Amino acid sequence: MEARLRLRLGRFDLDVELGVEPGKVAALLGPNGAGKTTVLRALAGLLPLTEGRVVVDGHVLEDAALGVRIPAERRPIGMVFQDYLLFPHLSVLENVAFGLRSRGVRRAQARRAAAVWLARLGLPSVGDARPGTLSGGQQQRVALARALATDPRMLLLDEPLSALDASIRADVRRDLRRHLGEFPGVNLLVTHDPLEAIALADHLIVVEGGRILQAGPPAEVTEHPRSSYVADLVGVNLLRGRAFGDRVEVDGGGRLEVVRAGTGQVFAVIPPRSVSVWRSRPVGSPRNVWVGRATGLDLLGDRVRVRVEGRPGVVAEVTPAAVAELGLAEGMDVWVSVKATDVRVYSV
Amino acid sequence: MRATQPFNPVLVLLAGLCALFFVLPLVGLLARTPWASAPGILSDQNVQSALKLSLVCSLASTVLACFLGVPLAWVLARLRFPGKSLLRGITTLPMVLPPVVGGVALLLAFGRRGLIGEPIATATGFGLPFTTPGVIVAEAFVAMPFLVITVEAGLRSMDVRFEEAARTLGAGRWTVFRRVTLPLIGPSLAAGAVLAWSRALGEFGATITFAGNFPGTTQTAPLAIYIGLESQQVPSAVMLSLLLIVVSLAVLVALRGRYLGDA
Repeated sequence: MEARLRLRLGRFDLDVELGVEPGKVAALLGPNGAGKTTVLRALAGLLPLTEGRVVVDGHVLEDAALGVRIPAERRPIGMVFQDYLLFPHLSVLENVAFGLRSRGVRRAQARRAAAVWLARLGLPSVGDARPGTLSGGQQQRVALARALATDPRMLLLDEPLSALDASIRADVRRDLRRHLGEFPGVNLLVTHDPLEAIALADHLIVVEGGRILQAGPPAEVTEHPRSSYVADLVGVNLLRGRAFGDRVEVDGGGRLEVVRAGTGQVFAVIPPRSVSVWRSRPVGSPRNVWVGRATGLDLLGDRVRVRVEGRPGVVAEVTPAAVAELGLAEGMDVWVSVKATDVRVYSV
Repeated sequence: MRATQPFNPVLVLLAGLCALFFVLPLVGLLARTPWASAPGILSDQNVQSALKLSLVCSLASTVLACFLGVPLAWVLARLRFPGKSLLRGITTLPMVLPPVVGGVALLLAFGRRGLIGEPIATATGFGLPFTTPGVIVAEAFVAMPFLVITVEAGLRSMDVRFEEAARTLGAGRWTVFRRVTLPLIGPSLAAGAVLAWSRALGEFGATITFAGNFPGTTQTAPLAIYIGLESQQVPSAVMLSLLLIVVSLAVLVALRGRYLGDA
């Protein structure tokens, strides 16, 4: 699947370029309002593009420049909606058979095929039930069966796990991973949960404000965050600045001594555990020492995250014992130190 | 009444008065019903044809209202175009218009000398007024708005993403409408149809103005009741009234239980 999507919805402006190989699972990851669902709706043909094109399995589904636009009902695309949208007036079996029936397959044949899909997804005996009587996890599988029954070339999943109780999410996620792995076409799912994205996808596409901030394999993305959104998700300090050999001048003030930064615009990543907090200026080896003000203390598991405003501002992670020992409190002036070897630098 | 609701004697008293206001006329009617001569009245030729005409015309106008009113409701609920509120206003006007005025307007449009009626009459010799189809048209004119507003409300409150889901499954616009939209607004459609039907059943003013009052062809039950009272045939008027009340009440109770929430 290759797509370039450009469209405007009120004040929201979407402009993204995507490419996903068949058999792969890609995840669109981003905060609410980033435009993730809009991407899916545009690919499915539910929203017209003002510019760009959509190509799936070698077929041009939409090309704004050429005036080509295959309507949603004739695209080889299956979609699983966020709250599944199973038709409440039809039985589970009729829901799954709906796509085949709409394509002119005879009733009996469509029902047989639907029953096969339900069995394949581990729901052999719920065909006669109304969707509303099923559990959330079962509804999700019915929605998946309904989308897959039309034999699509691409499967779009909008927040496939968000409607589920946290208690069953892990199990459903594991099953979903397996089903997505068996699907030979393109899988594209949308989520705001990084854990879900990393657990399900081979390829992450980070979206914010209608733009792609970063794309790549999950390990690559988390290792080298290129946006504060991803850095926050991964839980590291992300600074941006200009490198001069072994030194980085941080945008917005401050400088860091580092190891081999090169030159030009760079990102500098500091894990919060590598940031030490002191009441007075530390003596000894750390090359980066600066003063700041503790503006927030949050207990996170067995660690305390200390936000320090300064040049640059960073988040430190220390033990509760250290907080007690230092007598740390919000609003207090502190010194922070970071070893040069703990700063990871890569170019923008 | 829930146990936590404090008892308010003033409200209960007023509500009781209100209930009496509706119950007393019914009681009056029941008290004057000529039960003894009921079989004779009910087998009367005129009474029977009035009842039959009422049923046939009200059902036919309901079918007409569904056939034309559902598309109108869909257009009002789903499309955006200039003049939409004006269109909605005009199509629901018969709800507030005195029915006689509706009948006059119908005559001026579809009468033998009317805007549309005259060319049709000269071309085909057919005229709607004072015919049974004319009764159906008059009833549909008055009753259709009830269906339109009910169905439009149903379409508005329906989650249109179900239609999108259907489209991603390969359903074209007619399949979506037939297999998703219509079933999902089923309750609204049924409620609207029943409201329209009961309005058509009781239609008087537009009917007598546009279709006249000919026993056997245009004299529906409400017209027969009125004529009965005028011509001193009170017992048959009372009997017909009671029948209409029974039918309407049955419909209202069934409707309220099933579609208007609160059973």
